[in-house]
Amino acid sequence: MAKDSAFFSNPTVKWIEHRLPIFSFLDHSLGSQYPTPRNLNYFWNFGSLAGFTLMVMILSGVFLAMNYTPHVDHAFNSVERIMRDVNYGWLIRYIHMNGASMFFIVVFIHIFRGLYFGSYKPPREILWWLGIVILLLMMATAFMGYVLPWGQMSFWGATVITNLFSAIPLVGDKIVTLLWGGFSVDNATLNRFFALHYLLPFVIAGVVVLHIWALHVHGSNNPLGIDTRGPQDTIPFHPYYTIKDAFGLAAFMIFFAFFVFFAPNYLGHPDNYIPANPMVTPAHIVPEWYFLPFYAILRSVTFNILFIDAKLGGVLAMFGSILILFLLPWLDTSRVRSGRFRPVFKVFFWIFVVVCFLLGWVGGQSADASIAGIPLLRIGQFCTFWYFAHFVVILPLLGWFERPRPLPISISQPVLGGGRIALGAAAKPMEKA
Amino acid sequence: MVRMRELVLAGALAFGIAGTAGAAEAPKPPAQSWSFDGIFGTFDRAALQRGYQVYKEVCAGCHALNQIRYRDLGGGTGAAHEPLVGLGFSEAEVKAIAAEYTVMDGPNDDGEMFERPARPADRLRKPFPNEKAARAANNGAYPLDLSLIVDARQDGANYVYALLTGYVDPPPSVQLGEGMHYNAWFAGHQIAMAAPLSDDRVDYADGTKATVSQMAKDVTTFLAWASEPNLEARKALGVKVIAFLIILTGLLYAAKRKVWSSLH
Repeated sequence: MAKDSAFFSNPTVKWIEHRLPIFSFLDHSLGSQYPTPRNLNYFWNFGSLAGFTLMVMILSGVFLAMNYTPHVDHAFNSVERIMRDVNYGWLIRYIHMNGASMFFIVVFIHIFRGLYFGSYKPPREILWWLGIVILLLMMATAFMGYVLPWGQMSFWGATVITNLFSAIPLVGDKIVTLLWGGFSVDNATLNRFFALHYLLPFVIAGVVVLHIWALHVHGSNNPLGIDTRGPQDTIPFHPYYTIKDAFGLAAFMIFFAFFVFFAPNYLGHPDNYIPANPMVTPAHIVPEWYFLPFYAILRSVTFNILFIDAKLGGVLAMFGSILILFLLPWLDTSRVRSGRFRPVFKVFFWIFVVVCFLLGWVGGQSADASIAGIPLLRIGQFCTFWYFAHFVVILPLLGWFERPRPLPISISQPVLGGGRIALGAAAKPMEKA
Repeated sequence: MVRMRELVLAGALAFGIAGTAGAAEAPKPPAQSWSFDGIFGTFDRAALQRGYQVYKEVCAGCHALNQIRYRDLGGGTGAAHEPLVGLGFSEAEVKAIAAEYTVMDGPNDDGEMFERPARPADRLRKPFPNEKAARAANNGAYPLDLSLIVDARQDGANYVYALLTGYVDPPPSVQLGEGMHYNAWFAGHQIAMAAPLSDDRVDYADGTKATVSQMAKDVTTFLAWASEPNLEARKALGVKVIAFLIILTGLLYAAKRKVWSSLH
């Protein structure tokens, strides 16, 4: 299987390789020289899908920027000009608009895959941290991008979210003024948001490089959560995972294209087709769907906690819901990575998933709504409580009290031996080929 | 500004952001069947032209359609390389339609503004020069620009149709404000616009009977087109793209099976 760089026979390639070993670099990164666990399932496709979506967003965004005018008097109309008069402008904009949603869908699945299979555990903590940094950058980028069309939701979303920073004691108001570039959301705000919206994707790309670098040190985790023990456990990335990723990518593009061509505005809010008007507040200000769980957490803190007032408490809870992920490698005290071998964790994992969906649902409803006599606020508060309890109570305790099922001896054994025979204590020691 | 900010925050954080109670409680309008529904949907050209007539003779007195230019009413010929994007009027018809209006242009070489007949490249003439003038002429209410009305409303075309046909007598408990009208589908039910349509309000050139529901349907089709003139191009391309992607996915799946078969 191993081929060294002498494998390159083309003289031009050899000439370049001798001076800049880029071909062997690629081969070691994503080629035949990168050993990958042989048992990755389709949930491991979502990393490459996220990388693809980032490139789609950057490319479509560059073309949009060529036709967009970041000025409060022209932004809305310049977007409509893209939709109506620029050749295939509607296609580029719908790709970019829905691409943001696709990016979050893919990344959320990628994160929950990591949560289930314990991909954040040693020795992959820094890889996990870099992923959280990417998520935070994505959220900032998406938020600022949503402001650019300067519709009603753009304007009022920007007003509400930037105001959150005023909850910070002492310097809050100064920070808000700095974000606005003035004393209200206005042209200066739009200009800086456009500049940052153009900049941050390249920062994301940079952190993605670090993320992949960290990944390559110890390689991918796998559904069994056990380390690879040698060549019998791995297969070269190329051609096995390049073709598998290509298949997954094509299937994902069908899903993506369905929204772009047949439901381009389904994930958006109709109010953003109304030009921004500082004098008229929309009946409901709701963020894009991917922010709804966090929005629900923000709104669920309606009471003062000691010296922290409700406003600051909500903001802390919202940011804390992501920042707590940085501590996850230590909050989860179990040494077993994969949820497959953790019978109790598995149950709590799915409860956690349901809680996240519930938060998303609550975040999309008006705050005074109720269902079957239960105020949604209470459901949101319960789910917020559970969200944090999952990390600071359930996961630490599970590691101590849960009895994990026995781990297989190696990856190749259950794969080659077929089925689940290796999971039990009766599993025979692996016979080396 | 600080006060507005505090108000917004108080609303956002303590009570969540909701408008005046009841404003959100507009009922969901019933779904109509539209020619542009579905993945193969296209605009019914006759309905578009009738809808334009309704817009021109009824709505345009108050409502602008600022994103639309006269040339947009023409569009392609319908040939394969030139898909229909407009209402299907010919180039000569578009020129004639535009020439019915005068627009302000200039300044000329003497520095004077002057009026001239509209050309196909001009935007549809606005009924009022600015918002203040529009409000002054409409009892303080501002007739919205309708360019994006279908995209800008929950339930889109169904809502616009329901609103246009939704003028009914108010229930006895409702006290209407001065100059307001009762509409079953409008949020809050009190709308400044009087019922715009009544039977035979327009005289259709193609002989279609101009009932309220017919006119509402036609003008809603026209406004859906105005919101998204590229809808047909989008759907037509989408069918091809997705067909291509399904074949590609199938081929890649077969290739994946083939490559991986050596492992099992």
